[in-house]
Amino acid sequence: MQADIQELAKELGLGLDLLGCIQCGKCTGGCPVSITTALNVRFLVYEALVDALPDLGGMEELWDCTCCFTCVERCPKDVRPAELIISLRSQLVESGKIPGTIGDALMSIFRQGNPLGFAREDRAAWAEGLGIKSAREGCEVLWFVGCVPSYDMRSQAVAKAAAKVFQAAGVDFGILGTEETCCGNEVRRVGEMGLFEMLVEEGKPLLESVGAPTMVTTSPHCFNTFKHEYNLEGMEVLHYTQFLARLIEEGKLTFSGKVERVVTYHDPCFLGKQNHVFDEPRAVLQAIPGVKFVEMDRIRERSLCCEGGGGRMWFEGTNTEERLAFQRVHEAAETGAEVLAVACPFCMSMLEDAVKVQGLEDRLKVMDILELVAEAM
Amino acid sequence: MASRPRIGVYICHCGTNIAATVDVEAVTEFAKNLPGVVIARHYTYMCSEPGQALIKEDARKLGLNRVVVASCSPRMHEPTFRAASQEGGVNPYQFEMANIREQCSWVHHDRDEATAKAKALVVAAVAKAARLEPLEDREVGVTPGAVVIGGGVAGMVAALDVAEAGFPAYIVEKSDHLGGHVADLNRTFPDLEPVAEWLPGLIERVQSHPNITVFLNAQVARVEGYVGNFEVTVSGSKVSGSGLGEPGTHSLQVGAIIVATGYKVFDPHRKPEFGYGLYPQVITTLEMERRLAEGDLAVDGKEPEHVVFIKCVGSRDKQLGNPYCSRVCCMISAKQAQLVRQALPDTRVTVFYIDVRTFGKRGEEFYDEARRSGVRYRRGNVSEIYRRGDRVVVRVEDTFLRRTLEVEADLVVLAVGMEARQDTDEIATLLKLPRSADGFFLEAHPKLRPVDTAMDGVFLAGCCQGPKDIPDTIAQARAAAASALIPLLRGTVPVISETAVVDPELCAGCGMCVEVCPFGAPALDPLWGVSRVNAVLCKGCGACAVTCPSKAIQVRHFRPDQILAQVDVLVE
Repeated sequence: MQADIQELAKELGLGLDLLGCIQCGKCTGGCPVSITTALNVRFLVYEALVDALPDLGGMEELWDCTCCFTCVERCPKDVRPAELIISLRSQLVESGKIPGTIGDALMSIFRQGNPLGFAREDRAAWAEGLGIKSAREGCEVLWFVGCVPSYDMRSQAVAKAAAKVFQAAGVDFGILGTEETCCGNEVRRVGEMGLFEMLVEEGKPLLESVGAPTMVTTSPHCFNTFKHEYNLEGMEVLHYTQFLARLIEEGKLTFSGKVERVVTYHDPCFLGKQNHVFDEPRAVLQAIPGVKFVEMDRIRERSLCCEGGGGRMWFEGTNTEERLAFQRVHEAAETGAEVLAVACPFCMSMLEDAVKVQGLEDRLKVMDILELVAEAM
Repeated sequence: MASRPRIGVYICHCGTNIAATVDVEAVTEFAKNLPGVVIARHYTYMCSEPGQALIKEDARKLGLNRVVVASCSPRMHEPTFRAASQEGGVNPYQFEMANIREQCSWVHHDRDEATAKAKALVVAAVAKAARLEPLEDREVGVTPGAVVIGGGVAGMVAALDVAEAGFPAYIVEKSDHLGGHVADLNRTFPDLEPVAEWLPGLIERVQSHPNITVFLNAQVARVEGYVGNFEVTVSGSKVSGSGLGEPGTHSLQVGAIIVATGYKVFDPHRKPEFGYGLYPQVITTLEMERRLAEGDLAVDGKEPEHVVFIKCVGSRDKQLGNPYCSRVCCMISAKQAQLVRQALPDTRVTVFYIDVRTFGKRGEEFYDEARRSGVRYRRGNVSEIYRRGDRVVVRVEDTFLRRTLEVEADLVVLAVGMEARQDTDEIATLLKLPRSADGFFLEAHPKLRPVDTAMDGVFLAGCCQGPKDIPDTIAQARAAAASALIPLLRGTVPVISETAVVDPELCAGCGMCVEVCPFGAPALDPLWGVSRVNAVLCKGCGACAVTCPSKAIQVRHFRPDQILAQVDVLVE
């Protein structure tokens, strides 16, 4: 059984190394949901190692994992514990034993190319009248807008801010419009490997056919999978914070206005912990005239997960009382910041909800870095 | 002209090791008919006394001038049979070995095929033996004295042994003082003995020894020569009775070199999850030594209520490229935790660990003492540290409780491991020393030659070879000194005879042999523009011979005609 799981992980293209595990607990010790839920990835690895895994069907906490990959980042033996969870999830997906809301999201991606249940033909509705060209016309920068910024009203404001910023900086960019399809980052992480493979098979040639040397993503999740799992040829993949930092450094992005506010920043796991992009978002924020930048205590490699990744946008989790986002917005408020800056549509959603639930709306506003930049143009 | 070959061939059964798979009688009969073979025999154990006696007696009675033994690997018994041949009056370099055990009987099952292969190995060995020339063993003189690189405990102890044996020892220390990392320690495990009670005495013995010269702020700039006769150029200041001299360059002539360059303390900034450098409450075991020495355990002027130790920081970590255990951190943690309990009996002390490795003499007992003193051992590798008020929170899974904890602490001590020093590379280049995958210097053999290196006359002592505690360091330093004393006391070193020779008529002076040689043996003669090989440095590896475009370099005992003769009989 142990050998079966190891073999399955290998077939799925995962680097899980069960036999490397020394059961030190570094993974569970750093797992953001290990205190609030029953999930214990170290113990799961142990059960897998000694062939004692229980029936997974009833193990709801398997879906609590946010795939923040803190365990993978810190494991001294390179075991990649989270990939055991992904492997186990893939078995559950195979047998159809998955939470209904995740099933709905996957079905929506399969049918409409987005997890939110919206129609494919409405994907570019937000961009109407903004003078954004189709990437098909040829462009230097392919902007991958992403599902949430395309459909979610709050995130559409971020997409619009991005368009404004790119235009002001004179970037030759285009979008794929209704042809743009979910990147599949979360699809892979909930274990729906078949659907993910299909998305790559269709997505890779589509993205490469644009012929743009650079792709910029709004979301760190799209950025992550395009960068590491698509094997895109002739195309550099950047998160927008990296792209903006570059524009600022080259003098192409300048500010005429000011944002006179105290701002703190929340590192998205898929940008920070997993891709070590820590400095660029901060450089962009600090370049905005008027911004007084302050840091929280838990930042960079020690940043607290917002709990929105790994399929958690479509699954409430087994503990809805003690959300990490609740804790996070208090940490942000304690710094005296008026704005909690984010760089990820999932973080935006989780943290903005938390601000409301925790009654911090008078003190703290959640804004995307793009919105702050646009405000200072 | 070489004498006509009269070859004796001996097939070994090696008990049943060979005889069970190879038809030794058939191989013997086959060998009898090979050109130049005067006699062929088989015997149960050729390496035994009676086995060797067969060679000696045949050689004398039949006037043999070549001997071939088909048995095990030459790494096993070539010296044995060379000696036997010599006693029988055959030049030891006119002996050849066919490996029909490791390369035949041990790796094959089919008796017929194995026998055919054994015959092939024997016919090739006989063909080569017929063309072997007699060579002479030589020796060169030794310059008395040793250079010791590094003035820590290992270097000082090694230098003292060399000096006590009556030879000059030169310590080359990079910093401005002797004592190394141990000088930064307070008390040592497992006896909690204050370092101040023995280290100053050791330093004093070194400094006052008439045979020891110390260089401080010093580095080795250049090393030339070979075992027995090294020339080491040192830049730095010589210590004399009146103090530290002016910086300068010193040329030292010695017969041996002991490398005792020590280690680097792991820098916990590379583990960002611990917030080292960010939180004043998070310190290293080395910083804790100073605090314990000064009796100052207060944080922000307050006695700590809870002190947490975290083990394996920078060790057993593949991601950092430090997969090894640093071997001392478990004992250091047990020591410091006990000392905290002694100094502050009301303070809670917790050690978080992956495994407790308090091996070695008095190690387990010391761990017992630590627990009995009230230190709490909890199993779990701490994952993260963050701030809570004026304390820090240690986030860790107690793997026995199967529960993730947020443990508040006032002082967190990171048990930092050992790493290879950054200048290991420079020393490795200067001395042509190989390093193991972990970055430390590589010993010549992990069991049999633990203080030797690939370079004759260069020995390793202390943590430059791998993490170790003070007793192990001193044991290794004394072993290195004893090994260095072998050539110094003998006064001569043997020189192998299977070395490269240059035919100056063929050499074009291109210098490719100089580039390819890992031992620095060939050099271009400035006057004649041709390559010359220093036979003392040459190990006979043959890299130059196969590189030389004009085939001007040949390795004695492995000349092209000898090798090709082996090949020819095999392809026939």
